[in-house]
Amino acid sequence: MTTSKNNVELVCPAGNLPALKAAVDNGADSVYLGFRDGTNARNFPGLGFDNNELDRAIDYAHNKGRKVLMAINTYPRPHQWQQWCQAIDSSASHNVDALILADPGLMHYATTTYPDLRLHLSVQGSATNHEAIDFYARHYAIRRVVLPRVLSLSQIKQVIKNTDVEVEVFGFGSLCVMVEGRCILSSYVTGKSPNSNGVCSPAEAVRWEETPQGRRSRLNGVLIDEYAPDEHAGYPTLCKGRYKVNDNIFYAIEEPTSLNILEILPELIQAGVVAIKVEGRQRSPAYVASVTRVLREALDQCMANPDNFSVLSTWMAQLDKVAEGSCHTLGAYHRPWQ
Amino acid sequence: MRISLGPLLYFWDRQTVLDYYNKIAQLPVDIVYLGETVCAKRRELRGDDWLNLATMLEDAGKEVVLSTLSLIEAESDLALVKRVCQNGSYQVEANDMAAINLQKPGTPFVVGPHINTYNSSTLAQMSALGARRWVMPLELAGENLKAMQAQRPVNMETEVFVFGRLPLAFSARCYTARAHNISKDDCGFCCREYEQGLLLATREQQPFLVINGVQMQSARTFCLVDQLPELAQLGVDIIRLSPQLQGMTEIIDLVDKVRNQRLEPALAVVSLKRHMPTGPCDGYWYGDAGMDLLGKDFLDANLQEKGL
Repeated sequence: MTTSKNNVELVCPAGNLPALKAAVDNGADSVYLGFRDGTNARNFPGLGFDNNELDRAIDYAHNKGRKVLMAINTYPRPHQWQQWCQAIDSSASHNVDALILADPGLMHYATTTYPDLRLHLSVQGSATNHEAIDFYARHYAIRRVVLPRVLSLSQIKQVIKNTDVEVEVFGFGSLCVMVEGRCILSSYVTGKSPNSNGVCSPAEAVRWEETPQGRRSRLNGVLIDEYAPDEHAGYPTLCKGRYKVNDNIFYAIEEPTSLNILEILPELIQAGVVAIKVEGRQRSPAYVASVTRVLREALDQCMANPDNFSVLSTWMAQLDKVAEGSCHTLGAYHRPWQ
Repeated sequence: MRISLGPLLYFWDRQTVLDYYNKIAQLPVDIVYLGETVCAKRRELRGDDWLNLATMLEDAGKEVVLSTLSLIEAESDLALVKRVCQNGSYQVEANDMAAINLQKPGTPFVVGPHINTYNSSTLAQMSALGARRWVMPLELAGENLKAMQAQRPVNMETEVFVFGRLPLAFSARCYTARAHNISKDDCGFCCREYEQGLLLATREQQPFLVINGVQMQSARTFCLVDQLPELAQLGVDIIRLSPQLQGMTEIIDLVDKVRNQRLEPALAVVSLKRHMPTGPCDGYWYGDAGMDLLGKDFLDANLQEKGL
């Protein structure tokens, strides 16, 4: 893959074939996807690809010169081991361009079985520093790392300075405030976690209640939030609820908001980031199309003329329209947020 | 089975920490994990202080292991981890792959609970790199442990977290500072005010989580003490207790009695409940939601309390 500073790759999500086409048609360089099961971290009902669909997805993307990255980024437990290895086998036989893995056992299987298959370390691998990245490079020859959404811009620069492994960062989408791969809040409440089941705050555990005080959302019985009649009620991801701490009721963990890095795009490119990733395999093809289009345009302008790059208000307006909570943040990239 | 005391997760003042471990030296704990694993800014104790504590505990007959940070962000964090890994005297518990990468080749180490060792293949990888002990990740279930014990590499000890509030998540954000409406850079070490963490409740007053700086813990205390006979049968070598300020002497005493079969587990859990500020949980062990309580001894004890 090209890794020059002038050719930053736009990596977009696809939960199904129409979303993949939307990503490719609107300018994604790579599309990442997963199988229709718990082998990937977006194991949502009705999402993901079977082998037939994967065939068609790869044909479509490769015919247009784009890449397909296969996420097998959950951690199999002993009884699931064979199924996860089969997911790697299927991906390899379909000629995916890279696997996105998190589990060291699976990385060992992939490197010994398919030595030529390119490996990316998933954000679920929790590598936040260059020594951890070096660990995966030494032992499993990973070629790229996706950084967790907890590092500041200056920390990302430090990481890039100290590693030869390509660095991919999240550019837009839902904001995980915890270190991915080290958060089991969801399984504490529901029994299902991103690490084990590829889901966070799963829909099957959500209950909505109408009460005289307003609408309430619960996750496996735990009250996540209560909304006034005129208030927008978002999806009850448990770290984005309102709770009581020291007699104050507030978003004690994180507001429902989207990550949006457009403002610092030139700095990220200057720092040597090789790929910008859009979150949201669970989102609609329309969402994928709209976000991909904006980021494509922004990236092209930024790469053509980084010194005079400015964020167009129409881009922000389009992105805010589809953003969680209809608002955005630079998240950890911006130090004061921490 | 040996008893270990896991790393101290809260931020206590220097004298409290020194007094605490002086007391631990006298108690029937076999292994003590030392060092700051949560926030690199917490420096009440410096490297030498921890090493002095290590010497004192070793003189008292304890095995000492130095634990490393769980979230490494800055170069300065990495330098700290490097110093721990190259201490030359004590085994290291790695809580990030960086700490494994910084081990001198061939040095035995402990795979901490925040390294995702979810299957036998990963455990074999760790073994090949020099690990001689692994701590089971917190969300794994008894049946997963059973399968992994059946394929355990030679010279690999298994340690299981059996008592304490569960460390569930880490963030770049400090939630204690956020609750005080101040930034992490100007935190003023406000987490020192909460010796057992800061309670986060739902809007209907249900205790839910505990804020401990950049770490989120369960409000309920995870307890597998009723399952110690089962753990022994599965070949678990070490059972881990997580340090808390209140009741530690009695907690250790009760667990020690259960492991030596001098006290019925069912009786021990009734006494242990005194030391769980918002009650017990054990769901992970049964493959269920972590916050749930399914242990039969606990359920029986609850019924007794309700007079049923």
